[in-house]
Amino acid sequence: MHLILFIVFAGICLAGAINLLLQTHPINSALSLIVVMTSLAVLYLLLGAEFLAAAQVIVYGGAIMVLFTFVVMLLNAGREERTLGSRSARVVGFPAVAVILAVVATVILHAQGLGTADLSAGITSTEDLSSVLFTKLLLPFEVTSVLILIAILGAVALARHGHGDPEGKSERTGEQ
Amino acid sequence: MNPTTTQLLQQEVPLSWYLLLSAVLFALGVVFLIKRNLITVFMSIELMLNAVNLSFVTFAHQWHEVKGQIFVFFVMMVAAAEAAVGLAIIIAVFRARATLAVDRIDLMKL
Repeated sequence: MHLILFIVFAGICLAGAINLLLQTHPINSALSLIVVMTSLAVLYLLLGAEFLAAAQVIVYGGAIMVLFTFVVMLLNAGREERTLGSRSARVVGFPAVAVILAVVATVILHAQGLGTADLSAGITSTEDLSSVLFTKLLLPFEVTSVLILIAILGAVALARHGHGDPEGKSERTGEQ
Repeated sequence: MNPTTTQLLQQEVPLSWYLLLSAVLFALGVVFLIKRNLITVFMSIELMLNAVNLSFVTFAHQWHEVKGQIFVFFVMMVAAAEAAVGLAIIIAVFRARATLAVDRIDLMKL
């Protein structure tokens, strides 16, 4: 059962990622990224991380991707021109990625002592997770909340209308 | 149900397969950076973050260690903050230049 679920959802995940690469319209890419993230949530469940599976769906599939689709639609992003990248990307980049992937795959496949993904060891419950998070790792957690606050302030400051230009002269208001 | 089906149902998945999936997703994210749209390039970065998260969860499962999963939690928070700021920057860039093609956004100053 585990094997079948893994194959199905890993296949959906890879298909979504490749579809992301082949689509030319950003909204299609955003929707296939949602597919990738949701199937990754199922894989997290198979690895016994139930809280992360829920957080993946809520934070990534929900919040972040809604933000992405919102921006794509707000900016009315059109179809991009199809390209194979610059010459350096073709000559150096793709072979380098292939070589790195091959090296990593070889290392992974020859690694000793990697177990199997069975759930006999039990699912990591939210209770286990939070007892470590709120006792040993309380300071990083609080620092993260400060980071989020700074990010909110930065986003508001950046996206404010007429930023650094009180008259709004450089704004392309006619395009709205 | 014949014996091979039962065997297939009970077979377990080696953790290296999860790590391989993670590596392939990361490589796809890198390949993807050639896309010409600013938003799609940003999406490929999210894909790479997700790939790394998968290997974190895999190793957390391997060592029965909760901290690996907590690290994924932090990565998610940072990714959310990054998405908020990044998309705000994209909106600001689009306002200034009226384009999202990365080829045409190659100067810091207008």
